[in-house]
Amino acid sequence: MSAGSLPSGSQVKDPGYPTPSENYLTNSKGVLSWIFTLDHKRIGVMYLIGVTAAFAIAGLLALLIRLHLFQPDGMIFQGEEANNYYNQVFTLHGAIMVFLFIIPSVPAALGNFLVPVMLGAKDVAFPRLNLCSFYLWVFGALFFVSALCASGLDTGWTFYTPYSTTTDSSVILATSGAFILGFSSIFTGLNFIVTINTMRPPGMTWFRMPLFLWATYATSIIQVLATPVLGITLLLLIAERTMHIGIFDPEYNGDPVTFQHFFWFYSHPAVYIMILPAFGVISDLISVHSHKRIFGYRFIAYSSIAIALLGFLVWGHHMFTAGMSSLTTIIFSALTFTVSVPSAIKVFNWLATMYKGSISLTTPMCYALSFIFLFTIGGLTGLHLGTLATDMHLHDTYFVVAHFHYVMVGGTLVAFLGGVFHWWPKMFGKMYSEAGGRLSALLVFAGFNLTFLPQFILGSRGMPRRYATYDPEFAALHQMSTWGSMLLGFGLLVALIVLLRSLKSGKRAPANPWGGATLEWECTSPPPFYNFERAPAVGDPYDFSDLEWEADNERYVKVEPAREIVPETQPEKEPAHAEDSK
Amino acid sequence: MSTIEASPEVGHDEHGHDHDHPPFLAHHFDTPEQQFDSGKLGIWLFLVTEVLFFSGMFCAYAIFRALRPEVFEGCSQFLNTKLGAINTGVLLFSSLTMAWAVRCSQLEQHKGLVGTLAATLSCAMIFLGVKAIEYSHKFGMGLLPAGLFFYDPSNPHPTEHPPYLAYICAPFAVALVGVLCWLVFSAVAGKKFQFAVAKPLSVVCLCFFVGVGLGMVLESGEESADHVDTHADPNGLATAPVMLEVEKAAAAEAAPAIAASGAQVSVDEGVLEILATDPTNVGVKSGLNALEQQTAAAGTSTVTGDGEILGAITTTEVDVMTPTTAGVFFSIYYCMTGIHAIHILAGIGVLVWLLVRAVRQDFNRQYFGPVDYVGLYWHLVDLIWIYLFPLLYLIR
Repeated sequence: MSAGSLPSGSQVKDPGYPTPSENYLTNSKGVLSWIFTLDHKRIGVMYLIGVTAAFAIAGLLALLIRLHLFQPDGMIFQGEEANNYYNQVFTLHGAIMVFLFIIPSVPAALGNFLVPVMLGAKDVAFPRLNLCSFYLWVFGALFFVSALCASGLDTGWTFYTPYSTTTDSSVILATSGAFILGFSSIFTGLNFIVTINTMRPPGMTWFRMPLFLWATYATSIIQVLATPVLGITLLLLIAERTMHIGIFDPEYNGDPVTFQHFFWFYSHPAVYIMILPAFGVISDLISVHSHKRIFGYRFIAYSSIAIALLGFLVWGHHMFTAGMSSLTTIIFSALTFTVSVPSAIKVFNWLATMYKGSISLTTPMCYALSFIFLFTIGGLTGLHLGTLATDMHLHDTYFVVAHFHYVMVGGTLVAFLGGVFHWWPKMFGKMYSEAGGRLSALLVFAGFNLTFLPQFILGSRGMPRRYATYDPEFAALHQMSTWGSMLLGFGLLVALIVLLRSLKSGKRAPANPWGGATLEWECTSPPPFYNFERAPAVGDPYDFSDLEWEADNERYVKVEPAREIVPETQPEKEPAHAEDSK
Repeated sequence: MSTIEASPEVGHDEHGHDHDHPPFLAHHFDTPEQQFDSGKLGIWLFLVTEVLFFSGMFCAYAIFRALRPEVFEGCSQFLNTKLGAINTGVLLFSSLTMAWAVRCSQLEQHKGLVGTLAATLSCAMIFLGVKAIEYSHKFGMGLLPAGLFFYDPSNPHPTEHPPYLAYICAPFAVALVGVLCWLVFSAVAGKKFQFAVAKPLSVVCLCFFVGVGLGMVLESGEESADHVDTHADPNGLATAPVMLEVEKAAAAEAAPAIAASGAQVSVDEGVLEILATDPTNVGVKSGLNALEQQTAAAGTSTVTGDGEILGAITTTEVDVMTPTTAGVFFSIYYCMTGIHAIHILAGIGVLVWLLVRAVRQDFNRQYFGPVDYVGLYWHLVDLIWIYLFPLLYLIR
């Protein structure tokens, strides 16, 4: 890929730029054209704005938690109600982050935008259902906000009974919100499964799909299979609070641990709803920015499905200390270890893809590298928690907090940011400042590690989670963590500013700024509202051999070798062998 | 050097609305087959989520029935098998008419489609009518979820209670009056389409009250026969299955219970007695009670050659009809049948939508997807009832 020199005489293919009447952002105007849009790209953009807002709120709550923990006796919340406030803040931080941000972040925001474009389709299979699921998300978010405004929520995001059946905070509002959000998630997943099954263009076999689609497909399977169980669990919880049905109440022969089983039967697979799409993003990012065919395509594809299925068998590892039989705990522990196999397969394949690739250290690639590093730490510390003996010590300590933040924040959030930076030119047709983007990646990486590495040490030394105050001996590590959270917040702010500035003053983005070979780079940036005039020719999604960098226009273009019309001579009127038959 | 091949300046005016496709084909699909297949896959996936949604409750049922089998068998006496059986038949028939409706839509038999859809809707309404009788009867007796349970065996039919049946019937009565007004209005105003829709709908609304009537007749028949007898001797009703259960348990455990050393039992009892002083620990208390009786019986009972036990426990004082024991059964009963009824209501909603479209003659050989999808949903709702009926009504 020599810079700027295209082979002479070759045909260059590039879709150019969209006109304002084609551009999906500008082809119809007014607020109503957005509110009632059925265009998957606009719905994706609305999701993007929504989840960013949710993330901002939950992130500020997280900063509040960290600031409070700056001093052993608590710095922010004072007085008699201090601990209650602290409980409410960490509950809402967790609930908003999980239900409103992480679960819809990659699948709903990026997925909605990308799935049909990557398939060369005009839209998802059920556009109205798609819009409906966005409004269900908004509706669910409103329930959460009203719970926040009414009397808060202090059960932890897991709504464990008997906390949730005895507290006087607004559990019913919050669980109704989670119930509605569950349906939003189910409908999105259902839509994607149908879209990927029935709307692939001719020539795109299952093994010619971009890996992002494989990951989305695996995620959607979990969304469809696991979320209804959460739905009924939350309904039973609401019924428990309103009618005292007694299913979770020992006084009426019920069993509170039943709730934990039901809850984790959903919520453990939900962990994979959060991380699988991130795997898909990273697979695409690593391959495109290394300009090298993905290593072990089938292994990555199958491992996504394997994770989705294995994820249903391991929920018990959240409850090792809840009093299961020792046989059950051993089985759950063993099953938990099996999940690490497909996850490791992915990591090794990414590393092998980068090996001898020509890596461009663009902003998305910086995030992708940071993802591999952080996710590996998050995944490996999971093994400590899956081991029965060590989990007895580490259960409900800061070690757990650090572990899942390494997976959820270091994994999903970083991959989400990487994906947003990668597809931002495609979504909005603007290039952002590379220097600013890389700076944000560096700050997020440093801030994140500074925040959560000390928490591993805190946890293994016995600092329990969800405590508003702590022993002075933990103060230094807690303060380090708080400083780290400031840095992390600052890094995220930089990322937001870089992206928003690009909308105003960014350069116009070419159709293919990174050299990607998947279909979304074959339509203009931003795509026209119908995506493709006709279903595009489907090639290998990871074949970069015909893509060349064109320095004049700062873009990658598809190059076809010079064509000749063969044969140049006119055929004879009568073929030569015709003589013989006479 | 480089040329931009596909010039974007080529106009795309009114793209996707060139109407070279039939009106029922959404513009993002290429062919009617693709649209139908997508819808079909979509509805099957939705049914999967529905099954999993109910599976949570079936799971709860399995857990609590395994823990307290005697409570389930004892409480199941209060469910009227006749009404349940009638409802099962009604739903099965509605599945037949629904399948028939799908066939009619494929054959473009528009009148037949309207008729079969209306028949399906009527069956749904009869089902709800019968259910209204069942629910109101139990509300009146105080057979409610655990926290609200107030059934009193000595006074099973308290005379003063809110008119639950009237409450349940009120919205349906309003709907009936509304549809009848609409029928008259559209007939007078000469609006043919509206009249054609309102005519079957008024029959459908009426069917709710047919169901209520049917339920009343069967419920009162039950009342005069065995129902009253059992109520007259509430203890007999409540403890009969328990006796059976304990006898069985005793037969199975007689030998090991005799062999068990007295010391071991007394240590356990000491702990249990402390635990049982807590008023919330009803389970422990009744367990302790059973244990005492068992040890008392074990001292005197002997096993004869053909396995029969002399002097085994024949009665216990365990009463399953207290809120703390019976409540869980009725909680699960109301959750399962209630959510099933909500699904019936949702089914009625979409069936009405289909009925309107059927009157408008929207469906044809190439486009009958919606009828097919709603049909699948309706069969699933029916199927869930097929499981609920034996699991709740037929377990004694």
